[in-house]
Amino acid sequence: MSKQAPTPDEEPADADPETGADAERAADFRPATTGAESVVHALENAGVEAAFGVQGGAIMPVYDALYHSDIRHVTMAHEQGAAHAADAFGVVNNEPGICLATSGPGATNLVTGIADANMDSDGMLALTGQVPADMVGSDAFQETDTIGVTAPLTKHNYFADNPDSVGDTVGEALALADEGRPGPTLVDLPKDVTLGDTDTEPGPAEPPETTRPQYVADEENVAAAADAIEAAERPLLLFGGGVIKADATEAARSFAREHEIPVVTTMPGIGSFPEDDELCLSWAGMHGTGYANMAITHTDLLIGVGTRFDDRLTGGVDTFAPEAEVIHVDIDPAEISKNVHADYPLIGDAGTVLGQLDDAVDAAPDADEWRRQCQEWKQEYPMDYATPDDEPLKPQFVVEVLDEATADDTIVTTGVGQHQMWASQYWTFTEPRTWVSSHGLGTMGYGLPGAIGARIAADDDREVVCIDGDGSFLMTIQSLSVAVREELDITVAVLNNEYIGMVRQWQDAFFEGRRMAAEYNWCPEFDKLAEAFGARGWRVDDYDEVADTVEAALAYDGPSVIDFHIDPAENVYPMVPSGGANGKFALTEEQL
Amino acid sequence: MSSGDDGADRGGRETPPKHGLAGPEPDERPHPEGRRNSQGIRIDPEVEATHEPRRAVFSALVEDEPGVLSRIAGLISRRQFNIESLTVGPTTVDGHSRITMVVEETEPDIDQIRKQLGKLKPVITVGELDEDAVRTELVLLKVEGTEPDKVHAITEMYDGQTLDAGAETITVQLTGDEQEIDDAIDAFRQFGIIEIARTGYAALARGNQPTAPGEKPGTADEPTRPTNTQ
Repeated sequence: MSKQAPTPDEEPADADPETGADAERAADFRPATTGAESVVHALENAGVEAAFGVQGGAIMPVYDALYHSDIRHVTMAHEQGAAHAADAFGVVNNEPGICLATSGPGATNLVTGIADANMDSDGMLALTGQVPADMVGSDAFQETDTIGVTAPLTKHNYFADNPDSVGDTVGEALALADEGRPGPTLVDLPKDVTLGDTDTEPGPAEPPETTRPQYVADEENVAAAADAIEAAERPLLLFGGGVIKADATEAARSFAREHEIPVVTTMPGIGSFPEDDELCLSWAGMHGTGYANMAITHTDLLIGVGTRFDDRLTGGVDTFAPEAEVIHVDIDPAEISKNVHADYPLIGDAGTVLGQLDDAVDAAPDADEWRRQCQEWKQEYPMDYATPDDEPLKPQFVVEVLDEATADDTIVTTGVGQHQMWASQYWTFTEPRTWVSSHGLGTMGYGLPGAIGARIAADDDREVVCIDGDGSFLMTIQSLSVAVREELDITVAVLNNEYIGMVRQWQDAFFEGRRMAAEYNWCPEFDKLAEAFGARGWRVDDYDEVADTVEAALAYDGPSVIDFHIDPAENVYPMVPSGGANGKFALTEEQL
Repeated sequence: MSSGDDGADRGGRETPPKHGLAGPEPDERPHPEGRRNSQGIRIDPEVEATHEPRRAVFSALVEDEPGVLSRIAGLISRRQFNIESLTVGPTTVDGHSRITMVVEETEPDIDQIRKQLGKLKPVITVGELDEDAVRTELVLLKVEGTEPDKVHAITEMYDGQTLDAGAETITVQLTGDEQEIDDAIDAFRQFGIIEIARTGYAALARGNQPTAPGEKPGTADEPTRPTNTQ
């Protein structure tokens, strides 16, 4: 976010001739006369370029102020989609995304997307309309206690109470969303405040004084951690989503390579380290690779960077990295020793701390045997699948064809479920911010609005592919109308097994095959539905149609949907049963 | 992870089973002996050790804004921390309040409570008080008024005050630490306790030591500024 809106006293003549846009902005500058205009100026000052939302009664003044703004507003079909689109926009651009909704149902519809951003530490600013302040508490029409509802899901939320300060409040909320460990913030905007008269222009956006992240780790702790790295026999780097949020992928890559330490990532950490690099063991956890989980199980020094040791990663904490001392690098002190005890806590910014560690490690660990062992595990537990002729299309094959047909910088978004696991297992990610998904909250329906946000963020020739499931796609399918209206070039690949597949897999494994409410054969024909929306649609049942259809869909300059009818019996492996030991991952259903 | 794309055998895969993956089964793999306890701390598998809960008193300086108490209470309840008491009141600084909170938790959770509280935007500074901190709570007791002399005697014994005395009820005020209050309540039971209102602890650090980390004395020219106390 670098754009600077001109101040009211700037004359067009003073504008830098190099920046015609600024001169134009200066000429167009309209001083704020209402709280709502002050809100929009705060967004403009911070360089906000896009916002996603849905109109409504209580938020109308803000929308009216957006009428004269250069901010691109994308009207969504549902507020959940607005939140997910803002989230994905923010992930791709590494800045907080903006979403707007009206009071009451508008605000409550945002809640899932706000919770999603909170769990994945995605910067986001939600602006919600609210009934006039003097009616708050009276159960007025479309009134909801948005502050109360979203308090547990935000870094902080603000109830704006004054037209003169509302712009600065919005600036502060935006700065807070982006500061330290990112996360969602919200400003609730009563209609009397946004309609209220003010000539106050918001100042520069500053985070609140009371949130004060520490960026540089304690040198003594760094020295102790460096000694542990030098002495380790089986060191392992674990890169989480925080590496990407901190823009520390270069530091992470050079650290791993310089000291020749094998790397596993978490699922949100996908793309922090190239998966085609020999040192990379892909991602660990419930459906992570066998070799990543073997490495986690046998390491004697786990160096976790920007990870919160979620239960989907650790399995049962009693058996997680049971022989390892733990170095934990995190910007959020509360994550240190929350789930897994940190023997070497390093509080700070991932890139900065990796630099400190790099300076402090004098000699790479002597780990030839360990590296050889990791490569052996790769051979021993290959991620491979059979494609027998007597069975329907395998989803892994579809993912690999899509991967091969697209460039390395292609952005992949997903919903949540089996399709998400196959996408992350069989697509080879090499770049940060190309894997855009819902991890911590596990929100079905993230994929399509996520693709819309990602497409608008990536204003270039990159491809945006949404790999979705039939259940997930149906949850936010109304967003397809937005992609058509905005003429967004996105390709949706639905891995359709006519099941809410991950549930079906668990029912078969743990509920004696009682498939209660898991059959989705009532779903519409997605190819025809896509056409009804005004997008292009294809249906694919056979292997020999896959490559050509993928090529046609990618070539089509607009939203396209391929409904891949895949093998309904296919399950996701490896699998660590919930609370189980990572090293005891099942490779087949019999092993569960 | 690469695949062929010819239609016939699509890469000639034969190794993987029809469903699932190839590789040594769980029982055929090496498994380390080590273990962690439920708090994620590595332990000697022979000696399963867990942390015993203990009582901790926190003092937090907070910005006195609407909803600050519900933010703190909400944090404590949604993370399932066990809270004994919570008191709140103004300090020497306009716009600042002190929250005193007693919790009973294990050591890792006490650490977690402090860190999570410290993350809340309205919290300026928060820390745990030492064992020797000055702490007291207040209780109001309403008892039957049939034996006023005896009630008065017990009230004197516990350095209490009588706030209201009538023909039917007597209301007294007592202050002290938890044990003293508990004892006093036991002593008043003989008269028939009608109602109790009890505040929970207020506490300050002893001597010149600041109560909350980095806290400026009320005699200073400026209010406490947020400091990185994590």
